[in-house]
Amino acid sequence: MLKLKNVQSFYGKIQALKDISLEIQAGEIITLIGANGAGKSTTLMAICGVQPARAGEILFMGKAIHNLSPHAIVGMGIAQVPEGRRIFPYLSVLENLEMGAFLRKDKSRIKQDMDYLLDLFPILAERRHQAGGTLSGGEQQMLAISRALMARPKLLLMDEPSLGLAPLIVKQIFEIIKKINMENQTTIFLVEQNANMALRVAHRGYVMENGRITLTDLAANLLSNEAVKKAYLGL
Amino acid sequence: MILSEEIKKSLLAAVWFMFLTFPIMVIRVNTVQNIVEWRWKNMLLVGIAGFFGSFLGRSFFRQKEKGEKKADPNTISVAALVQKITGNQRLSRLALAVIAGFVISFPFAFSLYQINIMISALIYVMLGLGLNIVVGLAGLLDLGYVAFYAVGAYAYALLNHHFGIGFWTALPIGAVIGAFFGILLGYPVLRLRGDYLAIVTMGFGEIIRLILENWNAFSRGPSGIAHIPRPALFGWEMSLEMSTKYIYFLMIGMVLFTIFVVNRLQHSRIGRAWIALREDEIACQAMGIDKAKTKLTAFALGATWAGMGGVIFAAKTTFINPASFTIWESVIILCIVVLGGMGSIVGVVSGALVLILLPEYLRAFSEYRMLVFGVILVVMMIFRPGGIIPDVRRTYQFRKEEH
Repeated sequence: MLKLKNVQSFYGKIQALKDISLEIQAGEIITLIGANGAGKSTTLMAICGVQPARAGEILFMGKAIHNLSPHAIVGMGIAQVPEGRRIFPYLSVLENLEMGAFLRKDKSRIKQDMDYLLDLFPILAERRHQAGGTLSGGEQQMLAISRALMARPKLLLMDEPSLGLAPLIVKQIFEIIKKINMENQTTIFLVEQNANMALRVAHRGYVMENGRITLTDLAANLLSNEAVKKAYLGL
Repeated sequence: MILSEEIKKSLLAAVWFMFLTFPIMVIRVNTVQNIVEWRWKNMLLVGIAGFFGSFLGRSFFRQKEKGEKKADPNTISVAALVQKITGNQRLSRLALAVIAGFVISFPFAFSLYQINIMISALIYVMLGLGLNIVVGLAGLLDLGYVAFYAVGAYAYALLNHHFGIGFWTALPIGAVIGAFFGILLGYPVLRLRGDYLAIVTMGFGEIIRLILENWNAFSRGPSGIAHIPRPALFGWEMSLEMSTKYIYFLMIGMVLFTIFVVNRLQHSRIGRAWIALREDEIACQAMGIDKAKTKLTAFALGATWAGMGGVIFAAKTTFINPASFTIWESVIILCIVVLGGMGSIVGVVSGALVLILLPEYLRAFSEYRMLVFGVILVVMMIFRPGGIIPDVRRTYQFRKEEH
């Protein structure tokens, strides 16, 4: 579904991505783990078109997207849950969800999806008229995920959904990610620092170090890999 | 104990004020006799005024804080009042009728001077609503808005001078040229935001003014352009009074038109994109909104109204020169938007009326009028930080009923 071929990206003179190649099949949950500054978020931003790839190719459903602008990429069916949630703080929960469906025109289906998501997250239904900025961190993360799902994406990109959340909430969020993947067959690309949790929900994983992908395997294998255990799982 | 604390704080404020105002209130250099006068009495007065002012202000704040904790049922906020009026059909009809009656009878009940003041206030209503698109809705801080106003005014003046184009043809041309210049400004600042954007837009405004001031062959420089015809009405010859009244009603029509369009824009797709852009630029992009297009339309549509306002301004005053388009004008228009309530149409309208009419009616205070005006601005921003009538969207709503 999504294919990165030898992608390179630079911040000024500093090379952040060095020949990144990875592949995501439809229906999978793929996770990209690694330490701070390894280039995980940059990879995600390269896919979104926010941080353009200077070399290499990014193919989505067989079409090259590395030269498209960010809104065009969203239009192709790639939605994102940005790092740090990025809720519209003064808009209500419902308005935030409506924004997620900005590119869609099928009003009745939008309403259906909204009802489905409010069903999935009862806490959001309870706070539907509350301003996004007044929600707690966990609620905001749920709102960010639902907002991205309102676009009915083929591929959902998530940047550190566990960031700054209590362990119990993190567990809940990951269960939701699994549920979304199973119920809607939404392909999910998950960038995470919390390697332990991410590898538990993912099918396959990539390990990133200093702008390179150093390891890839089934998530279960990575969980038991000695090197990964030592470096990322703290075992 | 609290009282003594308060007195101590107020004393400190008084001393600080005495120190601050020392150079202007105490020292006076008499240039005729070459002596320095020391007016110590003034210092004492400042001290006393500072002490009581600080003491009263502080107790007022304390009460306000208390009031916020348990909302006083006796005081109804302006915003709530407006909401109540617009919510109730009968009340809103009554309010509309009263306003309409006042608006229609105004030019017949008041002097020419009053009508002229009201016309300029209405022009500022239009400018404020235009800038409200850029600042209030799209959240782009634009300090060079007056440039588009100047472009509109000069477009009419020059087109009329060279080609004899009349007011009604110039009005849409002014709008288009305004929009064009909006895009012209928008392109280079696509990547900027916040204070950087403010500086660049400010520079843009000054560039336009300096061009008009120095390119004599094009704009006749500082001496400006005179004998700009007033708006025509089917070729009628009108006296000054008739013509002023005509411009007044024309302006009322333009303001209504502006309100209608801005209201529609606000609730359209592009309006939602603007609001998303204002709230969070990164999230806005993640929603699949074309950031560049959204910003450019905001600049273009905002500048359109300034262009039209400029055409009307030129037709009203019949004389324009670059001195009418200084940065001060941009600041006033920005004040209208911020003070009135960003993003709120009713707020911006009332903000424009207050800000433009107040200095006129404060003429009774002669040289102190700008001082009084400044104090009112500061007090307003302390007590109503959201503006006179804030945007309803910005107030949190807790509604129980189903959507």
